[in-house]
Amino acid sequence: MRHDHLLTANQLTREDIELVLDRAAEVDANPASFGQRHAGTLLGLCFFEPSTRTKMSFEAAMKRLGGDVVDMGSIESSSVKKGESLADTVRVVEGYTDALVLRHPLMGAAKMASEFVDVPLVNAGDGAGHHPTQTLLDLYTVRENAGLDDLTIGIMGDLKYGRTVHSLATALTNFDATQHFVSPESLKLPRSVRYDLHEAGATVREHTDLEEVLPQLDVLYVTRIQRERFPDENEYHRIAGEYQIDAETLEAASDDLTVMHPLPRVDEIAPEIDDTDYARYFEQAHNGVPVRMALLDLLLEDSA
Amino acid sequence: MTDKQLRVSKIENGTVIDHVHGGQALNVLAILGIDGSGGEQVSIGMNVPSETLATKDVVKVEGRELSQDEVDVLSLIAPDATINIVRDYDVVEKHRVDRPENVTGVLSCPNHNCITNADEPVETRFAVLRDGVRCEFCGQIVREDIANHIGGE
Ligand SMILES: [Zn+2]
Repeated sequence: MRHDHLLTANQLTREDIELVLDRAAEVDANPASFGQRHAGTLLGLCFFEPSTRTKMSFEAAMKRLGGDVVDMGSIESSSVKKGESLADTVRVVEGYTDALVLRHPLMGAAKMASEFVDVPLVNAGDGAGHHPTQTLLDLYTVRENAGLDDLTIGIMGDLKYGRTVHSLATALTNFDATQHFVSPESLKLPRSVRYDLHEAGATVREHTDLEEVLPQLDVLYVTRIQRERFPDENEYHRIAGEYQIDAETLEAASDDLTVMHPLPRVDEIAPEIDDTDYARYFEQAHNGVPVRMALLDLLLEDSA
Repeated sequence: MTDKQLRVSKIENGTVIDHVHGGQALNVLAILGIDGSGGEQVSIGMNVPSETLATKDVVKVEGRELSQDEVDVLSLIAPDATINIVRDYDVVEKHRVDRPENVTGVLSCPNHNCITNADEPVETRFAVLRDGVRCEFCGQIVREDIANHIGGE
């Protein structure tokens, strides 16, 4: 890859994305051939907020490439607790490892950290900012199931605060995709994302009602609407309820519809959908490992 | 006293920033980081009648020639400003401010969850858009009242 770090989905061109997804497909097709690819390589895991799932996925990816991980551990037991800056922490940990994965509660943390280190750094989530490896595994799942061009996708739920959505929407502007955004009025896309999509010349349509667009969708990407976004419990239940799907909702959908969700879900998708051909969210979660293997392989190959 | 005299009469060597929108003179000084502590002799004309603007502010900094990079940042709040470099009471150079591609260390990010507002050894950096600025760390866009965000760490 042309990049030293993976910080945002915005930095990725179509070529970059295809490079990673093609490599991920190779991993999927022949995992054993990657098994010793990065023997002896150490990946540093710096998680400043808990995210067991993402951490496990990176750990699995590095180990399946033949390497290993060292983990900063919880913040409570680290130097951060003593007031060390992020800039100092990453400069220390870079000395122990060949690449870094960073998760941090503040926006722009990964970009800042990347300016202090020479080893490849992967952003595993920076607050409400970016989570580009989630985007890559989402794109991989879309490509495997529906293709990335001539795509009509509906993205539904909390579009205001959901960083997964922001990164995915931005990355999709590299492809011939029509995006429909379905959300309550109060959780529409924020201005900065709207700006990016507009600048990229994307076709964007907004709806408050899934019914309007469901029949034309190839992919429906569902996200969680969180309780804390609403001042009032009843209002939350009333509004969130309108953005939950079950078998009955999907009667209006195309037979080829792919339903995705970044997980964990609560009650956005009824369990009865799990066993249908629509459900691709567990496959999506599993794709995290080959996609992260592909990404680490490409970043390490270039920095070697 | 003519407009020309008012602009340049009292300065021997230094920079006169003219055609600043009325009310922005103090912001101009804030952006330039001039607060008098450097010993510069600074004079300000506020709400001076102007032919091209309804009223304008004028800022004169004695003994300091501001570079193009320094003054370009002013385009964010004073897009019509003209810069006169004065030597021996004569205007020897006159230029306009150009919009820079980005500004470093001048503005602070209004996003409280931005890493630049944490205690980290990093200067703020904003990309300059057609109609605003955007934090290069968190992506926050500022369009209105950019002057309120002067004072980045
Ligand atoms: Zn910011």
